Amino acid sequence: MGLIRARFAGRLGRFALDAAFEAPAAGVTGLFGPSGCGKTTVLRAIAGLNRLAGECRVGDETWQEVGRFVPAHRRAVGYVFQEPSLFAHLSVEGNLLFGAPKRWRGPSFEEIVDLLGLARLLGRGVEGLSGGERQRVAIGRALLSEPRLLLMDEPLSALDQQARAEILPFLERLARATALPMLYVTHDMREIERLADHLVLMQAGRVVASGPLADMQSDPDLPLAAAREAAVTLSARVAAADAGDGLMALAVGGARLLAPRVLAREGDALRLRIAAGDVSLALSRPADSTIVNSLPASIRSARVLNDSDMLAVLALDEAPGEARILARVTRRSWRELGLSEGRAVHAQVKGVSLQG
Amino acid sequence: MQGLSPDVWIAVRLTLELALLTTALLLLLGTPLAWWLARSRVRWKEGVAAVVAMPLVLPPTVLGFYLLIALGPDGPGGAIAGLWGARTLAFSFAGLVIGSIVYSLPFVVQPIRNAFEAMGERPLEVAATLRASPAQAFWRVALPLARPGLITGAVLGFAHTVGEFGVVLMIGGAVPGKTKVLSVAIYDYVETSRWREAGLLSAGMVVFSFVVILATILLGRRAARAGS
Amino acid sequence: MRIRRLAFVAAALGATWAAAWGASAARAAETHVAVAANFTEAAREIAVAFKAGTGHDAVLSFGASGQFYAQIVQAAPFEVFLSADDERPRKLAEEGLGVASQRFTYAIGKLVLWSRSAGLVTGEETLREAKFDKLSIANPVGAPYGAAAIETMKKLGLHDALKPKIVEGASIAQAFQFVETGNAEVGLVALAQIVGKQGSRWLVPQSLYAPIRQDAILLKRGEGNPAALAFVAFLKGPQARAIVEKYGYALDGAP
Repeated sequence: MGLIRARFAGRLGRFALDAAFEAPAAGVTGLFGPSGCGKTTVLRAIAGLNRLAGECRVGDETWQEVGRFVPAHRRAVGYVFQEPSLFAHLSVEGNLLFGAPKRWRGPSFEEIVDLLGLARLLGRGVEGLSGGERQRVAIGRALLSEPRLLLMDEPLSALDQQARAEILPFLERLARATALPMLYVTHDMREIERLADHLVLMQAGRVVASGPLADMQSDPDLPLAAAREAAVTLSARVAAADAGDGLMALAVGGARLLAPRVLAREGDALRLRIAAGDVSLALSRPADSTIVNSLPASIRSARVLNDSDMLAVLALDEAPGEARILARVTRRSWRELGLSEGRAVHAQVKGVSLQG
Repeated sequence: MQGLSPDVWIAVRLTLELALLTTALLLLLGTPLAWWLARSRVRWKEGVAAVVAMPLVLPPTVLGFYLLIALGPDGPGGAIAGLWGARTLAFSFAGLVIGSIVYSLPFVVQPIRNAFEAMGERPLEVAATLRASPAQAFWRVALPLARPGLITGAVLGFAHTVGEFGVVLMIGGAVPGKTKVLSVAIYDYVETSRWREAGLLSAGMVVFSFVVILATILLGRRAARAGS
Repeated sequence: MRIRRLAFVAAALGATWAAAWGASAARAAETHVAVAANFTEAAREIAVAFKAGTGHDAVLSFGASGQFYAQIVQAAPFEVFLSADDERPRKLAEEGLGVASQRFTYAIGKLVLWSRSAGLVTGEETLREAKFDKLSIANPVGAPYGAAAIETMKKLGLHDALKPKIVEGASIAQAFQFVETGNAEVGLVALAQIVGKQGSRWLVPQSLYAPIRQDAILLKRGEGNPAALAFVAFLKGPQARAIVEKYGYALDGAP
């Protein structure tokens, strides 16, 4: 598997941009950071739309290095802008086929149109489309240009809540259905949790850290874990599609979790999100709790978050190789239970949300 | 319109030919110029824009006088005319076309430039990420999107050429069928007190101008609606 | 406080301006004169002499006679009209816009074949041999010099042969401009235009064309203006006639 390697330097408004990262040229890499931190600039530089000093390689192709700058139109990227930016003079089909190779008549057109639910829009002009429909057309248009890398610049941020809810499932399906690597810029952690496999964390023009999503989420030294909405994303398999009482059983490594049932078959891969605030700790397996998920775990590390709270990073005993989960507990409980790093505990998981 | 002499119709035909050819050449010339003015980042481009806009404020007689010299044996026009053994480009249809192009240039360039500027950078960036070369982006995106501006420019250029008088008068020599266009014919009728013909042709020009301006306004509104 | 001071300044300025205006109006009368373009230079000199002799101002407007005629019919504020022909003053008199008794020939134009190149024009044979590309004339329907040019060519039996080479200026001034800029090698223009110019010329004999009588007329509008009456009288006098002759025109009754 190849790598996406980027390193750019230049001025960006008030501060200097000096960003370098590597990411696998597979799956979805989230480019995350507060507004104005330089994410979009980096993305545009990778597309060749901005010309900054630096280097850019995707797999075995070099798009930029010292003395070499491949112009934007010779880079096999698909770019989805924040606003759909459809061509007003073309129909939906005309927009979709704009960047498609001339010989294009393969099954992929039908596939992509199906994937994005565009079939009944094909003959229409672009004026009458809803915001969500427009952005789907823009995504389809980018995909049909046969990119080697799909770049998405906050594709949901210009949409209303309803349109976001409409597009997110398309993006998830896209991420799972194609082998196309994706760089996804956003300042919304929820989108990262649902889509990304890998994360590049940016702040004030610099890359703070980058790595697999779960590692980054559970790294107590990074701001993510300290955030009020801190959570980890785990990949799970459906162990039993119907575990009775409207629940289904999921396996994360050897650990088992129960979650509200969704339409899925045994063996299907699912992403689940466990928020730090939804995990409490007990010294023994409680027999008289309403919480159904209680997992044996050990405290790997802990840090004080503020006057009242502690954050603990836990390793699941039944899934030693898998990712960590986070638990947010009060400092008083921590002291009264005599918790410390290395202690064996039971993680009580109050809520598990499925990410599709 | 019985009773109008045949030279009126010769003048009408000549005027239309001149306006059509001028408009076609203006689009060919003005579009790349407008593109450059809209896109270039060089500082002196506004200087070029000012030169292009000069015919808007210069009296036609000034323009006509410079053209007369430029087209004549002492100017570049004479050198060009020398290629086919003539001494001057004045008094020729070609000379009129050149004069009309200079005179009507701002009316064509300005709306097209505005259209190019109004579309912004984004459509071209999108085109680039869809593997369109700059030339392809121009033909497949910029030009179609600038269509309202191109139409407005063409209509105004055509109308302005039809109504052109001062410049034509000064470089034309009123050669029937070659340089004696409608406005010159009207002038002749006024000059010779043939009020009836002058009145009829003038009324025709008034109606024509009204239709053209109305059409431009309506086109502009339709484009604005389509763009919103 | 400030407003009052401003009002005072404005009033003072207004009074000064009014005084200046009143003084100039009282000193001398002025008259508005429409002058055919070909007579421009001579008219300027006459106006200067007029001012020196009478103290009145002649405010001159120059242009094509046909245009002036149309403007006068539409009540333009001219008081004297120096036309390039005799036709329009006659019509103005008939139409009651001009004073018939104050209509007279102030100059007789002379036609000349002129080129800015030395040696190109040698005489009648220049027209006969026609070794030129373009011959510039004034619009024959609108300008008397144009009509005289056509008449000359017809008399010489050359009109049909020369016709393809003719280019027309809307006025005699433009016909001259075509030759002066070299766009036309030769032109039949007014002698008055080439006074003091280089090049080669042939003064077309008077026998080849009807005299180009340039008539002046006092317009009805100027009847009550002493300055207008004075200008008409001055134009008939010896001082003005000398200037007219100097600029290449013949005089009525002169040989």
